[in-house]
Amino acid sequence: MMEQVFFYIFSIIAVISAISVISARSAVRSAFYLIITLMQVAAIFILLRSPFLAAVQVFIYVGAVMVLFLFAVMVLDIGREKLVAYMHHQSVIAVPAVIVFFIMGAYMIIRGGWNVSNAGFPEAALAKSSEVIGKEMFGRYLFPFEVVSLVLLIALIGAVALVLRGREKDKQC
Amino acid sequence: MLLSYLPVLIMIGFVSFMAIAVLLMSAVFSPKNPYHEKLIAWECGLEPVGEANKGRFRVHFFVISILFVIFDVETLYLFPWATLLADKSISGFIFVEMIIFVAVLALGLIYAWAKGALEWV
Repeated sequence: MMEQVFFYIFSIIAVISAISVISARSAVRSAFYLIITLMQVAAIFILLRSPFLAAVQVFIYVGAVMVLFLFAVMVLDIGREKLVAYMHHQSVIAVPAVIVFFIMGAYMIIRGGWNVSNAGFPEAALAKSSEVIGKEMFGRYLFPFEVVSLVLLIALIGAVALVLRGREKDKQC
Repeated sequence: MLLSYLPVLIMIGFVSFMAIAVLLMSAVFSPKNPYHEKLIAWECGLEPVGEANKGRFRVHFFVISILFVIFDVETLYLFPWATLLADKSISGFIFVEMIIFVAVLALGLIYAWAKGALEWV
């Protein structure tokens, strides 16, 4: 019962801030409203007994993705007026797609076909879900885990190399 | 299990309440005497030009943000790892695994440092 109350609190805040994202005038403000929305989604993940997903949500979306969003907003210098110049009739396709998606979503919610259950796990087992993920990650999937560090290393070196090459070109000019 | 998150919720609620209350109090009780000079943004005493979020930013911010994103992802992997460390039977093994993981990423940091990508010139 209490859980439902909290679910409604989080989802109402999420929907209100999501509407604010698309109605805010400045792009930076939209980005900050998006942070609120994503934090509410993280709270809903905790209600779904998935603390690891909540941590992923906060680290990746609120941390990393929002930094890149804000970076793009700052660097690209897109105001409302300039944004219109980048629109090439996407709305003609977007509006029917959104309407179809909305009708499908409403149909599924009203029919109640989607039940979120504990998937047969007792409450005590769900409390340990991040330990289970850790055991799998550091046990059976050890090699992919170490490969992740290599992939991240390649991304880092690539980014540094790209910027340094640009700097050398600046020196030549 | 959900009850263990109650302190977090109380903390967030208390902090939000404090922040909103301070803003509300200062909005209600502060003396208001607005005029044009007071309302414009302060730019070292000069006439303000454009908005703060418009303009050219250094590409250097790109390296800093990419570094942040990569080490952010690294921290994410530390989270399930930290929950397992209390388990004595595997803690030694996974500790070494994580040291290898961090060492590979530290190579990248050393590379960025040695190449001077972190220097703010």
